[in-house]
Amino acid sequence: MADDLLTIAGTSFTSRLIMGTGGAPSLEVMERALLASGTELTTVAMRRVDATTQGSVLEVLTRNGIRVLPNTAGCFTAGEAVLTARLAREALGTDWVKLEVIADERTLLPDPIELLDAAETLVDDGFTVLPYTNDDPVLARKLEDVGCAAIMPLGSPIGSGLGIRNPHNFQLIVEGAGVPVILDAGAGTASDVALAMELGCSAVMLASAVTRAQDPVLMAEAMRHAAEAGRLAHRAGRIPRRFHAEASSAMAGRADLDVRERPAF
Amino acid sequence: MSRLPSGAHADVLVIGGGVIGLAVAWRAAQRGVRNVVVVDPAHGGGAAGVAAGMLAPVTELQYGEEPLLRLGMASNQRYESFAAELTEASGGRDTGYRRCGTIAVALDSDDREELRELHAFHQRLGLDSSWLTGREARRLEPMLAPGVRGGLHVADDHQVDPRRLLAALVAACERANVLLHRAEAVELLVDGGRAVGARLSTRETVTAEQVVLAAGPHSHRLPGLPDGVLPAIRPVKGQVLRLHVPDAYRPFLSRNVRAVVRGRHLYLVPRENGELVVGATTEEQGYDTTVTAGGVYELLRDAHELVPGITELPLAETAAGLRPGSPDNAPLLGPTALPGLVAATGHYRNGVLLTPVTADLVSEYLATGELPDLAQPFTPIRFSSESPVAKASA
Repeated sequence: MADDLLTIAGTSFTSRLIMGTGGAPSLEVMERALLASGTELTTVAMRRVDATTQGSVLEVLTRNGIRVLPNTAGCFTAGEAVLTARLAREALGTDWVKLEVIADERTLLPDPIELLDAAETLVDDGFTVLPYTNDDPVLARKLEDVGCAAIMPLGSPIGSGLGIRNPHNFQLIVEGAGVPVILDAGAGTASDVALAMELGCSAVMLASAVTRAQDPVLMAEAMRHAAEAGRLAHRAGRIPRRFHAEASSAMAGRADLDVRERPAF
Repeated sequence: MSRLPSGAHADVLVIGGGVIGLAVAWRAAQRGVRNVVVVDPAHGGGAAGVAAGMLAPVTELQYGEEPLLRLGMASNQRYESFAAELTEASGGRDTGYRRCGTIAVALDSDDREELRELHAFHQRLGLDSSWLTGREARRLEPMLAPGVRGGLHVADDHQVDPRRLLAALVAACERANVLLHRAEAVELLVDGGRAVGARLSTRETVTAEQVVLAAGPHSHRLPGLPDGVLPAIRPVKGQVLRLHVPDAYRPFLSRNVRAVVRGRHLYLVPRENGELVVGATTEEQGYDTTVTAGGVYELLRDAHELVPGITELPLAETAAGLRPGSPDNAPLLGPTALPGLVAATGHYRNGVLLTPVTADLVSEYLATGELPDLAQPFTPIRFSSESPVAKASA
């Protein structure tokens, strides 16, 4: 929505979906899914692409005016992540990086110590850093303190489709953050995306939930609507939860309609 | 490899002497097309020289790719007679075609769910695929790890040895008087809006009635090719290992074994001569064919988890090849928007499987000017800017 923009490090986006490209069945399906999602920012694993090849993922993004967000997927140490980010900057001419430093291949969970270390180094080196992090409010604050441009906590492990396992932590992170909070990893279907936005996330990052769906293009469209609906609901302000019913219209003062004047059913 | 007569003219000039180009040339010559010339710096090279040769249209099925499944199954059905004919035409060269079947197994409950989903998809499409418990899978293949949680048996997914297939195709072409000329096509010659031949790295020129472009991931880069005729056929790198099963260990594995290991796809293809192929990585790294430590490590790690005994086998070879990836993973078959230019490229991970059907369909077009119905969904025109398919995806 044009009056409600997502702004990261001074750059504004209309769409609140950041897409990933891993797992797409074909380049053509990936392109159609990206367009259906309405995304304006899409992340690409720098260890998996070559910037100069015709017909590559990068060419698809450029052709459709989608900004590329290189990521450091596959890195286990701060040193590897910093090196990968620098190679990406050289190859793509962008100083934005989605920083991923994972602890092990079984869980693909972030290694918080290496992550903070790499974030600090890259911020000092002039990068705009968007870190993939655990849903830990303390770590989130520390990442913001070292100068990260957004915080990207996981809802649940990458590719698991288990949604947001600890919504309360998301509320704590959102409440304490002065930069956009973006759900990264875990969304499995549209309701997960809507929930993230209702909890106050500024955006949602999606890959497997779309690329591995039976119909990726249709799922991408569902996710676009979910992000918009969740965002609107967040801005509108939900009603408090009550244990018992409360009639939507007060019983007193309602129109006194004579039953006999109604048409017969 | 023959010398080219000066001012050579071909009825059909094939650019690219990989498995697809050679098979098209051989079939075209069989159908009575005279003067077939294949140009390539090294005939019988290309991705097939690295590929494992699994003929598995059913186990490799993906959502949304039902037309490709039909083409793959049609090719699979033709394979036995294609291989037999080729053996005869090549003077007795065996292609290593083996009707062994395939099992696909899962190592944990997440991977099992993924296989279950594939099995349900098979059943919806009426494909022959049966579910195995972990114990049933291990009775079929006792070398599988005890942790196997379940699997699928697909009796009609077989294998061929791509290197022997290439050698047989080279021999069959030579015996059919196809001229295999060792040179690189450096420019497509276009005259009056029509492809009329090619200029070669040897400074020779071949003119031709019809030009077949079968140059895999180099197809769209041929200088002289007008814009918009072919989409980019991008190179998708795959690293592959070749192990050797000593006599004392045989049979070790008796059929193709595929697995999803924590979401990563792996296959082992055992040949009757003891070769065991383990593949493959999927990397988009341009035209790089370096074998990396990480690639070899990942393949061995996953293969060891699946079949622990493989660590005892000699590691004979590591190699990397480039799959020619089209935008929709399906091949480009038949006439292009440029008159005189015919495509047989973009087969992605299915080049070896699709060789018989590609050769039949494209040679039919070359001989008769009619593209068979089976090839219609794969016409290169689907990527031209005016086509409805291209519009729908734009």
